[in-house]
Amino acid sequence: MTMTAKAIALTPPDVALDLVGPDAKVRDRRKFEISRVLGPPIVLILFVAFWQYMHESGLRAWFDKPGFLLPSPVTVVNDSFVKGLARGKLLNGVKWTAVVSLVGLGITIVLGMVLAIVMAQARWVERSFYPYLVALQAIPILAVVPIILSVFGTGMQPRLFVCVMIAFFPIVTNTLFGLQSADAGQHDLFTLRGASRWTRLWKLQVPAALPAVFTGFRISAGLSVIGAVVGEQFFRGGDKPGIGIVMEGYRQKNIYPQVYGGLILAAGLGIWFFLVFGRLSRRVVGHWYEASRKPS
Amino acid sequence: MTATRSTDNMATTLSPMPTPFNAATKSSAPALSFSSVSMVFPDGTHALSETTFDVHAGEFVTVVGPSGCGKSTLLRIASGLNPATSGSVTVDRSSLGYVFQDATLLQWRNVLRNVELMAELEGIPKEERRRRAQEAIELVGLKGAESKYPKQLSGGMKMRASLARSLVLDPSVFLFDEPFGAVDEITRERLNDEVINLFQRKGFAGLFITHSISEAVFLSTRVLVMSARPGRIVADFAVPFAYPRPPELRFEPAFAELSGRISHELRGAHS
Repeated sequence: MTMTAKAIALTPPDVALDLVGPDAKVRDRRKFEISRVLGPPIVLILFVAFWQYMHESGLRAWFDKPGFLLPSPVTVVNDSFVKGLARGKLLNGVKWTAVVSLVGLGITIVLGMVLAIVMAQARWVERSFYPYLVALQAIPILAVVPIILSVFGTGMQPRLFVCVMIAFFPIVTNTLFGLQSADAGQHDLFTLRGASRWTRLWKLQVPAALPAVFTGFRISAGLSVIGAVVGEQFFRGGDKPGIGIVMEGYRQKNIYPQVYGGLILAAGLGIWFFLVFGRLSRRVVGHWYEASRKPS
Repeated sequence: MTATRSTDNMATTLSPMPTPFNAATKSSAPALSFSSVSMVFPDGTHALSETTFDVHAGEFVTVVGPSGCGKSTLLRIASGLNPATSGSVTVDRSSLGYVFQDATLLQWRNVLRNVELMAELEGIPKEERRRRAQEAIELVGLKGAESKYPKQLSGGMKMRASLARSLVLDPSVFLFDEPFGAVDEITRERLNDEVINLFQRKGFAGLFITHSISEAVFLSTRVLVMSARPGRIVADFAVPFAYPRPPELRFEPAFAELSGRISHELRGAHS
């Protein structure tokens, strides 16, 4: 507040008047914060209540199936996280899954951004690569399990491969979209001063791309967790059992509460990634980027 | 622009320049010269036809004309952004100022770093360009807003920043492409004062595009009227009022009379 006051004091009157606008808007937004804090827990309570209902009578009433297929949330939490044995296995599992998804996401980001920058250089390059990117999305992992297995063997590597495959697309498309988002007038400025392709890339296209890049990160962060878990279910070998492997073990023994416990942990990991990248995004571009919001 | 020259500029700011419409500037080579320039776009749009005119240093020429008559194309050709189909343009592009319709600020840079941009692309060392940027920011009345980001600025402030960004190169030719079309009337009048102020201090050759006849007359030493597409210069008016021009000038009978004549030509140009 003191900063703003100082700025106003230093500027000519019309400028000072102009400064009032954005600040006033910020104050308006604060009104909605109570609903922002209360929203998620309320939905959580509704969700858990629905879950409990489905366990007790919903499955029977709607689908004529026994309730034990969907253990009560109380049983799930109790069996997975309160009783000692499962908790250790699950937490250890989610740790390995986190490692695979983080490393996988890192590889995805580097490869994806490099490919997007290459594709942004010319329309024909973009058109040449795009169909195969879409095809990559459509490949069923099951079909390529044998080749992945024979190339990468067991352990982390095949899981990383699957993770990158699944998380790749959004990073490339969002980065590409971002690189092309600088407007024609801004490009004209660089053309006027005869800027090189590199200057244009680093001083115009890459910074302009950042908001979209972070959107890509956020989507791919969630997908990298899915990718890691899927990878684990296909490639169970090795001494680092991730959450997908632990869950699969319980499922084969028909011990359902722990399977759902694993699901909760995997979901938690995804949410944590999402929040971390959301924060990182606000840190890096929040001070200049104005997301177009619907009037609330 | 060297350090000594710019301090000179600062020192002489208060004494108004003599009306730049004098024989001395007229006789020298023009700063910007269009000679039989025509422009046909690849899609067949005939934007400009055989356009010929000169702008001398110390002259402020405004082009008015109906929408889509190729006024903006004129500036794009002058700056080299688009090559002309035929004819020739003579201009020193090493220190060209160009203010676009939109402020085209880089959203991720604050005002200071935005204003530095042109100097930065020109390879001017950091300290020098920062000093020039500070000076330009002060000139356009944005002092105190250096660390603001574009999203925090009003339309008028963005245009000021855009003006300052061109000023750091101390341009000898300054192109304005309808820069104040999107701001409100009061802000536009203030910005007009600002442009006149800069014109008097720097003595560049100005080429300004607008829809507004009163803006054209208020700013310029000369007003050119363009016809509908394909654009041609159909009339050339000298504006006799001395600088600096007070806001009340807009309500003088002579001002209204000249505006009326230009408006008449413009209506002819439409048909």
